[in-house]
Parts: sequence; C-alpha cells; structure tokens
Amino acid sequence: MTFDWPTALPLIFAGLMGLAILIYVILDGFDLGIGILFSVAEDAEQDTMIAAIGPFWDANETWLVLAVGLLLVAFPMAHGVILTALYIPVFVLLVGLILRGVAFDFRAKVPSGKKHRWNRIFFLGSIIASLAQGYMLGVYVLGLDVGLGGIAFGALVALCLSAAYAAMGAAWVIYKTEGELQRKAVRWLRTTLVLTALGMAAVSLATPFASPRIFAKWFVWPEMLYLSPLPILSALLFLWLWRQTFHLPKPDDRHALRPFLTLAAIFALGFAGLAWSFYPFVVPDKLTIWQAASATESLAIILAGTVVVLPVIIFYSFYAYRVFGGKATDLTYD
Amino acid sequence: MDPLILSRMQFGANISFHILFPTITIALGWVLLFFKLRYNATNDSAWMRAYFTWVKVFALSFAMGVVSGVTMSFQFGTNWPGYMETVGNIAGPLLAYEILTAFFLEAAFLGIMLFGFRRVSNRVHTLATVLVAGGTTLSAFWIIALNSWMQTPAGFEMIDGKAHPVDWWAIVFNPSMPYRLVHMLLASGLTVSFLIAGLSALRYLSGDRSESMWKALRTGVFTAAILIPIQIFAGDQHGLNTLEHQPQKIAAMEANWNTGPNVPLVLFAWPDEAAKENRFEVAIPDGASVVLRHSTNGIVPGLNDYPGLHPPVLPLFWGFRIMVGTGILMLVVSWSATFFLKRRHSLPRPLAMLMVPMALSGWLATLAGWYTTEIGRQPWLVTGVLKTADAVGPVAGSHVALTLAIYLILYVLLLIAYLGVLVHLALKAAKDGDTSPLPGVMKTAMSQPAAGE
Repeated sequence: MTFDWPTALPLIFAGLMGLAILIYVILDGFDLGIGILFSVAEDAEQDTMIAAIGPFWDANETWLVLAVGLLLVAFPMAHGVILTALYIPVFVLLVGLILRGVAFDFRAKVPSGKKHRWNRIFFLGSIIASLAQGYMLGVYVLGLDVGLGGIAFGALVALCLSAAYAAMGAAWVIYKTEGELQRKAVRWLRTTLVLTALGMAAVSLATPFASPRIFAKWFVWPEMLYLSPLPILSALLFLWLWRQTFHLPKPDDRHALRPFLTLAAIFALGFAGLAWSFYPFVVPDKLTIWQAASATESLAIILAGTVVVLPVIIFYSFYAYRVFGGKATDLTYD
Repeated sequence: MDPLILSRMQFGANISFHILFPTITIALGWVLLFFKLRYNATNDSAWMRAYFTWVKVFALSFAMGVVSGVTMSFQFGTNWPGYMETVGNIAGPLLAYEILTAFFLEAAFLGIMLFGFRRVSNRVHTLATVLVAGGTTLSAFWIIALNSWMQTPAGFEMIDGKAHPVDWWAIVFNPSMPYRLVHMLLASGLTVSFLIAGLSALRYLSGDRSESMWKALRTGVFTAAILIPIQIFAGDQHGLNTLEHQPQKIAAMEANWNTGPNVPLVLFAWPDEAAKENRFEVAIPDGASVVLRHSTNGIVPGLNDYPGLHPPVLPLFWGFRIMVGTGILMLVVSWSATFFLKRRHSLPRPLAMLMVPMALSGWLATLAGWYTTEIGRQPWLVTGVLKTADAVGPVAGSHVALTLAIYLILYVLLLIAYLGVLVHLALKAAKDGDTSPLPGVMKTAMSQPAAGE
C-alpha cells in the first residue's frame, strides 16, 4: 500500500491546527475568563486570581500564535481569505489581547495608586478579546456572512463565548484557590454555565440550518446515530456540572479540578461537532483544506519538525504547570 | 488614501513598535544570566539585587513583545495576503520553526524564570534562564533568516508564479543572513547595554551609590564599550555585502545619482529625487569610493542604473546617517565612561546626565537601521520575486486608516506607560539601595507544592 502524502499532509495539518485552536480556547479561555471575572472581584481577590494564572498566560497565548501560524503556513490561501473578511473583528481582538497582556505586567509594577487603572484595563482587554473571538466564531459558522443576520448572530455567540470563558475562569479559580474566593467562584460558575449552555445550543442549531450541506451531514441515517453521543454527552455533562455547583467545594477540597476538566470536555465535544460540520472545508463552502494547502515539500519539512518538537513542548508545559501546582500564592520575583 | 501606502504604514507602525521589545529581551536574557552566574560564583547578594531589578524590566518588555508579536502574525493575512500566496512555501516553514522551537520554549520557561525562584532549585532556575535567553535568540535566528531571504532570496524555484523550496540550507543561510543576524544581535546587545547604563546613571544622579547600582552600571558601560567597535566592523561588512547583492540600496543610501569612479562621501545633503541631485551637499571627495571599493577611483553604483526600481532616496540617506551618527556617539560615550570608571572610579555628573537619554540610543539606531534596510528593499517585497504593490489585500482604505489611527494612539500610550514604569523601577531601586530585604535565595527547592499551602 502506498501512502499518499499530498492527500495526507493537509489532513494532518488540519488536525494539528484544530488541536492548537482547542488547546488555546481551553487554556487561554480560563485566563480571559479570570479577566472577565475581575469585574465582580474584590481588590485582594484580584491579586490571588492573577497569581493563579501569572506563570501560565504567556505560554497559553502562544497556542493562538501556533494556531494562526499553522493557518498561515499550511493553508496560506485560507489565511488571506478569512483574515481579510474578518479584518475589523481581528483588529478588535488584537487590541483586546494587547491591553490584557500588558495590563498583567503593568498592574504589578506601577506605583500603587495607578494599580486600579490597570486592573480595569485588564478586565476591558479580556472582555474585548473574548467578545471578538465569539463574534468571529459566529460569523465563521454562518460562512463568513457579514449581513445584518450574521452580525446579530455574531453578537449572540460573542456574549455566550464570553460567558463560557468566564465559566472556565471560575472553574480554574475553584481549582487554584480556597476559602471565600473559592465559594464565590462556585456561584460565578453556576451563573455563567447557563449562558454557556445557551450559546452552545445556539451554535449547534444555527450551523446546520445556515448551510444545507452541513444539514445533510448531520441529519441523515445512519450518521445521525453515530453522531448522537456528541449532543447527548454534552447535555449530560452540563447537567452534572450544574448539580455539582450546589455541592462544591467538597470536604478536604477533593475533586477541585473536576469542574475545569468537565468544561474542557464540553469544549472538546463542541469543537468536534464543529470540525465534523466544516470538514473538508477550511473556508466554509469555498476552499477545502487541499485547495488551500501549501506545497507538499513545505508541509513535509514543517511536519518533521512538529513531530520532534510538539511532544517536547507538551512535556515541558506539563512541567511548568507542575512547578506552579497547588493553590495560588502571591507572585514574587524572588 | 491609497490602501497600499496605508497598509505599509500600518505594517511599519506595528513592526516598529514590536522590534523595540525583542531588541531588549534578546540580549537582556543573557545579561540576566550573567548576573545570576556571578551571584552563583561569588555569593555576593548585590548581583542578585541587580538581577531582581532587571528581571522586572525583562518581564515587562517580554509582555510588550508578545502582544505586539501576536499582532504581527495576523498582519500577514489581514493586510498582505499576496505575500503568503506567493512565497508561503518558503516563509511558512521558517515561521513555523520559529513558533515551534523558540516561542514555546521561552514562554513556558519564562514563568519559572520570573516566579519560580523559590519553587525550583537554584540550578533549575539558572537552566530556565538559559532556556529563555536561548529561546529569544533562536527566535531572532529564524525571523532574520526569513527577512534576509526576502532581501536576498536563494535556494528556490518559481513554478506557476509560486516560490517552491529547492535547498533549505541555501534558503536559511542566504547571502545576507549571517551579516544581518550578527548586526542585529550586536544591536540588541548595545541597546540593552545603554539601557542598563542609562537607568543606572539615573540612579547615580539621584544619589544612589549602592553596590547593585555600581555592578549594573559597570556591566552596561563595559559591555557597550566592547560591543560598539565590533558593531562598527560588522556593520561595515554588512554594507559591503549589500553592495554586492543589493547595489540599488547602497546607491540610495549614499545618494549617488550616477554610476562611476571617484564618488564623494556625502556627509550632509537634501536629496531631491525629482531633480536627481543633492541640495546643500557637504561631502568628502572620493570618500564613498574609498569606503566601498578601497580605492579613490573605485566604481560605485548609481541610481541611474535602476530607473523605477530603486528605493526612495531621502529616507535611506537619512536613516543610514542617523544610525551611523548614533553609533559614533555610542562609541564616544561608552569609551569615556569606561575611562572614568576604570581610572577615576567615579562618573562625572555631565557624563551621567548625557547617559540618561542615551538609554534609548539603541532603539533609535535599531529603528533607523531597520528603516534603511526595509525601505531599501522597495519597490520589492521579495527582491526580484514579488512587488509590495502586488501583495496588498482587498481591504478598504478607510478600514486600514481607522485601525492604523487606533494602533498609533495605543502604541503611544503604551510607550509612555512603559518608559514611566522603567523610570519608576529605577528610582525605586535607587531608594531601596542595598537595604532592600535580601532575596530568599536557596540552593534547594521548596517542597512541592510550595510550603504554606
């Protein structure tokens, strides 16, 4: 049997790009979520919340660079089409990410009188970046439609994705803190979970109805049967997590990581659904991954490096999380 | 306005803002390692105090570099889709290797380097510092390889209007790459040396005579004094390499309108591109022929050989002179300061006052140099392969203008905040002096998770 590289490589890179996006959404999701939750936290709590993400956010954001980088290097045609169509939302996202990223550092280094201002900028940057990502997801799902309906739907998804990030942030706070802040985070999680579920349902329903091609992929026998675990499992996880919020935190703080892992699983399921809907297109209904892909020899040399480097990256990322494991304490440079 | 010129301005604004911060972090990582190794060797806590002052500058600069770098990765697609469509097969793998080998390395170990001092053993912390410094340098290697390939492309063939790789070694180590890489790494070293020297001079002027101030001041001044002559030599070699591969750039830098021998070295002029002549010219006879060809009747290329295909003269002429002028000032200041520190063990007040604004001299020279080489590539985006005008995207000029305006406002505000924090950190360190509590340095790591949890 001969292995057909020109067919396989774009597929592999689509998978890698999907993986990078999913990891980004989960990891930077909790960073952005904590930024959003800044608006409802006390001053002292804000310091603890920053300490819970301080050592990680930079590496988390790098997954976005990898995802965009893979889109850029593996599917250069799609990169141009998608990013010129989303010119303004991408710009808004970048402004949000810039404000969020620098506020992290400025708030800890400016004279104490100015700290408040940077806390507000940290919140603003996080919420702007989250809204922009949600809006882009909404517009992309509708096939990069920027008509009035597309904008309205984009706005809905923007709100729901921000709520989902806030839920991730709350779940991370439950894992990394204790006492009053942890109990507060449980309540935050419960509230934001409702909006998260609403958003996932909206995207799940809108996707097939916006495109007859996607409708045909889902609502046909026997695929419907094989695909049914995706929505059913997601719904069950939502219900289970909702119930859990009435019993957290557990004695001895058992299972503190569970809400976060559950949310990550829900994100992964939703992402798998989207991937199934859009495959094999990278620009909905316009460019397939093979039409948009780079030359085989270029993809091959990137893959060779990726195979060697990605496991190393994952290994030392785990190491970094382990070094800063346990409950968050004050961040100091010494 | 024309979307092409607006997109160029936007890319120029973004990359100018971005390059300020990697220029600092590339070399500052190694300086921090030096502070740390000196502490490990001498057990003198002043080294560690210098480390903790400057690691904060590193953290802030790194964050500024990351967020502005993310912007860059989107700019290719939002403003220049024709670039990746034409040369994506070459540029893609180089960018991918930068992300995979450098970005993740520095980002993952940055947390340990910044906040892990009491979480890991001293040895692991030193290793994390090495990995972060190595990561920033590796990132410079890949991006300089790509930039140099755009200046002097090699190792590829064109098939149906798209570049395809033939020889990766030739692509990465293209003709101008080694020169540009060395020139940039030295520029980073000088930028950091003058930043450290300048902020230490500010501490000195505010009355701080602490051991950690002296150590930082000497490190900055001596490093600058060693690097600047090497940089002048490397820059000259880089110029000769440009003469060989991009003669039209040299012609514009020297404002030489006609190819020929006995070309003067123009010290001051206002090049007039319409009239094809220099106004108010002050020049050394035969100077350019001697510098570039080592002979008074050496032939220097002129702009008349490249009608319509040479870069604009005015920005190149002045960009180059600002860079060289700043370099000469750096030489004078760093060598004078070295003399006083070595022989008199003090720093005269006027010299210290000159060194404070010189803290940003590296930024000025680096920007002027990059403007010279990048504008000098025009009208090409990739020399001989793709013109800038053919790569611009279909986005409306009004959108580009709006976003450009907001970027500029944001960048000015962030720069003010950044410089304000730098001065604040220096004055705070000056006030604390050697009395700041001794950092909790331990040879062994705390138990995991850290005690008290």
